[in-house]
Amino acid sequence: MSTIAAALSNTQIERSINHTATIYLKEGKYEFLKNLRLRVYTISVITFPLMFYVLFGLVLNAKEAIGGTGVPTYLLATYGTFGVMGASLFGTASGLASDRGLGWLQVKRASPMPPFAYFAAKVFVSMIFSSIVVALLLMLGIAFGGVRMPLAEMAKLCGTLVAGSLPFSAMGLAIGYFAGPNSAPAAINLIYLPLSFCSGLWVPYMFLPKLVRQIALALPPYHLSQLALGIVGAGRHEPAATHWEVLFAFTLICLGVARIGFQRDQGKLYG
Amino acid sequence: MIGTLEETHNIQRANSGAVVASLEEVNKNYGDVRALRNVNFTVRAGQVVALLGPNGAGKTTAVKLLLGLIQPDSGKVRVFGGDPTNPQNRMRTGAMLQVGKVPETLRVREHVDLFSSYYPKPLPLEEVLGAAGLEKLRDRRFGDLSGGQRQRTLFALAICGNPDLLFLDEPTVGLDVEARRGLWEEIRRLVECGKTVLLTTHYLEEADALADRIAVINQGEIIAEGTPAEIKSQTSGKKIRCVTALSVATLLQIPGVAGVKRDREAVEIHTGEAEPVVRILLSRDPSLSGLEISGAGLEEAFLSLTRDNRENENHQN
Repeated sequence: MSTIAAALSNTQIERSINHTATIYLKEGKYEFLKNLRLRVYTISVITFPLMFYVLFGLVLNAKEAIGGTGVPTYLLATYGTFGVMGASLFGTASGLASDRGLGWLQVKRASPMPPFAYFAAKVFVSMIFSSIVVALLLMLGIAFGGVRMPLAEMAKLCGTLVAGSLPFSAMGLAIGYFAGPNSAPAAINLIYLPLSFCSGLWVPYMFLPKLVRQIALALPPYHLSQLALGIVGAGRHEPAATHWEVLFAFTLICLGVARIGFQRDQGKLYG
Repeated sequence: MIGTLEETHNIQRANSGAVVASLEEVNKNYGDVRALRNVNFTVRAGQVVALLGPNGAGKTTAVKLLLGLIQPDSGKVRVFGGDPTNPQNRMRTGAMLQVGKVPETLRVREHVDLFSSYYPKPLPLEEVLGAAGLEKLRDRRFGDLSGGQRQRTLFALAICGNPDLLFLDEPTVGLDVEARRGLWEEIRRLVECGKTVLLTTHYLEEADALADRIAVINQGEIIAEGTPAEIKSQTSGKKIRCVTALSVATLLQIPGVAGVKRDREAVEIHTGEAEPVVRILLSRDPSLSGLEISGAGLEEAFLSLTRDNRENENHQN
């Protein structure tokens, strides 16, 4: 009798798939609203890439070409990469570091929230903001830079860039687990800005100093930008598979590091 | 008569319910700091248990262990008879913790909506906002709330899932007197609905007002445990301080003396009533000097209880 009662009560409090889906949706919705209302986030993540693109791609060099590709199109691919990287790193690392360091994540962990929902929401929202940045860049390019490409190519470019949010979200989670709550934004910038420069996101790859060009080959943003450039017929025409492999391996390494941080937190927390 | 009834009721609540949460022989260190030492502690269904102690005594560590946020170095932590990290146990518990920063751009009702979604049978939003006194602040962003309002929002998150067991870590810190009384009322109401509550506090008054049982914790050890009446009888009374030739053993023989503590050249005598003891002291020791009598008010007495618990154990014997 008592086993039956226990089994019944267990099924009662077991979550249905619908309920779990609702949690994930709400977690994502509120993560999105939270970031959308956070001016620091929207300014650094959306405004900066747009501003740079307008300045260097549409105002200064709009009539020039790099290896047969118009500058507005070329920089659409590289500033797209830059924007995606920023949206993903800031979307994951700074929130995670602050939630971890200042106690909010503990409140969440003490609740029956499925732990994965928290991370999934951060990655999902990073992809949403990545899409917004890429879409805005594309619209600017079409409207003011004479960017023209077939619809399928446009879709492929956007899809590739937004998929590129994943490795950088993984990197953000790793940073978020090892950066302090207040130093995280500085730590992100310290990684994000040099990485962007050395990967040829601001100054096209072929104009970089030789040493930097060699370093670039080891950097994930270089590989994402080369994939994007390949789609618009520019870049160095290396096999796309290599770029995907590098990005995939990088994602796994970052997730591994984040996992170490996650497990460390389960065992020991401050206070 | 009313008093007796209340006492009976309290005793029933104190002893009858099933154990819903417990620490058994628990030790927890943070590096070299011993946060908890051989702590034994149980919370029974339908009770309000207060963990009373000064800052840094180990109260929060005990709560975090019971929430499965940290693991003990040794000993057992059980909630509803199982592991506190078990998701099904978490669906039956709610927690209010001390938080440095809560996402500030979300509104009060949005925070509640999200936390409610984690639970199988949450309370309606209106009920939660009402219970926490947040009806008028529902659309306010968390970042625009005052300290007390923030505390009330965290309280709302703890109760929104209609949990059977509530952990409240220093729930009234930062609240003004009125808000504190309001929260007490709310906690009493929850207990009337059959909830079990473990709260930590450093106010004896608060523990006294709410708890069926109080455990006094200091430097990681539980130094006293009992009903509020028992704890108060251990901590109330007067303190007589004087320099006397009488030995500690002699002093302990005097009727009414609860405890004696040497303090440099003087002694401190704890007693219920000061006058009879002072009369005897003066008649037996003409050389007695430096006589001081202070009322050990509740808070003050509690501080003396926690200040040096080993001495205090001697007092009880």
